[in-house]
Amino acid sequence: MTRFRHLISIDDLSKDDILYILDKAEEFEEIARGKTKSRTLEGKLLANLFFEPSTRTRMSFEAAMKRLGGDVINMTAQEASSVAKGETLADTIRVVGKYADAIVLRHPLEGAARFAAEHSEVPVINAGDGAGQHPTQTLLDLYTIRKESSLDELKIALMGDLKYSRTVHSLIKALTLFDAEIYLVSPPSLALPEEFLEGIGGKITTAELDEILEEIDVLYVTRIQKERFPDEEEYRKVAGSYKVDAETLKRAKDSLIVMHPLPRVDEIDVSVDATKHAKYFQQAFYGVPVRMAILSEVML
Amino acid sequence: MSEQLAVSKIRDGTVIDHINAGKALLVLRILGIGSGSRERVLMAMNVPSRKMGKKDIVKVEGKFISEEELNRIALIAPGATINLIRDYEIYKKFNVSLPEVVEGILTCPNRNCITNSREPIVRRFHVSMAEDNVVARCHYCGRKITEVDKFVL
Ligand SMILES: [Zn+2]
Repeated sequence: MTRFRHLISIDDLSKDDILYILDKAEEFEEIARGKTKSRTLEGKLLANLFFEPSTRTRMSFEAAMKRLGGDVINMTAQEASSVAKGETLADTIRVVGKYADAIVLRHPLEGAARFAAEHSEVPVINAGDGAGQHPTQTLLDLYTIRKESSLDELKIALMGDLKYSRTVHSLIKALTLFDAEIYLVSPPSLALPEEFLEGIGGKITTAELDEILEEIDVLYVTRIQKERFPDEEEYRKVAGSYKVDAETLKRAKDSLIVMHPLPRVDEIDVSVDATKHAKYFQQAFYGVPVRMAILSEVML
Repeated sequence: MSEQLAVSKIRDGTVIDHINAGKALLVLRILGIGSGSRERVLMAMNVPSRKMGKKDIVKVEGKFISEEELNRIALIAPGATINLIRDYEIYKKFNVSLPEVVEGILTCPNRNCITNSREPIVRRFHVSMAEDNVVARCHYCGRKITEVDKFVL
């Protein structure tokens, strides 16, 4: 029996569901590394429907599917945009559902994945809809924390753009299920929106990185996007003060891990890469077993 | 009573009373009654009321509005009362109650929401009360509306 048919939002999952996927991902890790072979999804076909480019997410799904012996058909962002001109998403989904056994959808409009699921004969996995949800990213973040640190009694700092970063929003919601202590570190202009905290329980406080660096187990850094700022000078000031390098981390716990939902620009200096704290490339790899777990859940 | 002077009696149909003052037109809109409708509609706005100070009343001749339809009125007039009239007599009386979900009544303020695209889609909102205020949440994008009146289609 499967726990869910579609994966649209992290909010649709209980803590139990999340742990179930993380456990399942664990079982797939050796296969994801190519050390063991699996034909679990042999004969199954996945359609990647990307109305907006996201090379990493797309390749990660493709890797996950192929590692399980399945196959992938792609609709690139360029193709998708020309289709979108003449056809509704509802129709595209209905047609592609006739070709494939599941659909991974990336779309610029919020709520697109939930709408697509309503029109789909096959499972839909949300790979990001506008500023909305990106549940597989959140699951791989949680998986990384559990593997490289711990989800129990976790103290985590989320740093950078907390206003627009959807990965941060979903992660906060999920972390409150695990009673994590969350510190928000951001310039005022990119602070987490007040209304986001309404109805969210949990231990969430605003802090400066300096004050909490010695206590935290995880430092989750997000990209500060230049285009969010009215002028370049303002951007430089802000971006500069939210940059982590090897020097910054000297006062941190030995076990501190640094995470980032890549690609980074320069908020994590390359000097961090060689330290034991750097887990962002590992985090990217974990996307594969987590997506394998999800694909096999919805397709089998 | 003064309200009976303001709005004449109907023979068969629906009387919606205790509508918050100024919301009668919105009530009609929610019921799908507009300039093209054939129903005979009587309406009174800003009628003095002991309970509410001022209130609006709407009477629709020849139309028995379903309970489900009427509950949508709770979105903008949570205190409204409904009388169904037959042969000048009240034969059924009830209060509106807030539905859990409304479809096709509210529009999403999020311009980047799929419901505001050209997709064939029925706008759906989850409705609840928060501190005496009606709050609606878009089923698709999750955006919350606190000033519900402003987003009636
Ligand atoms: Zn919406």
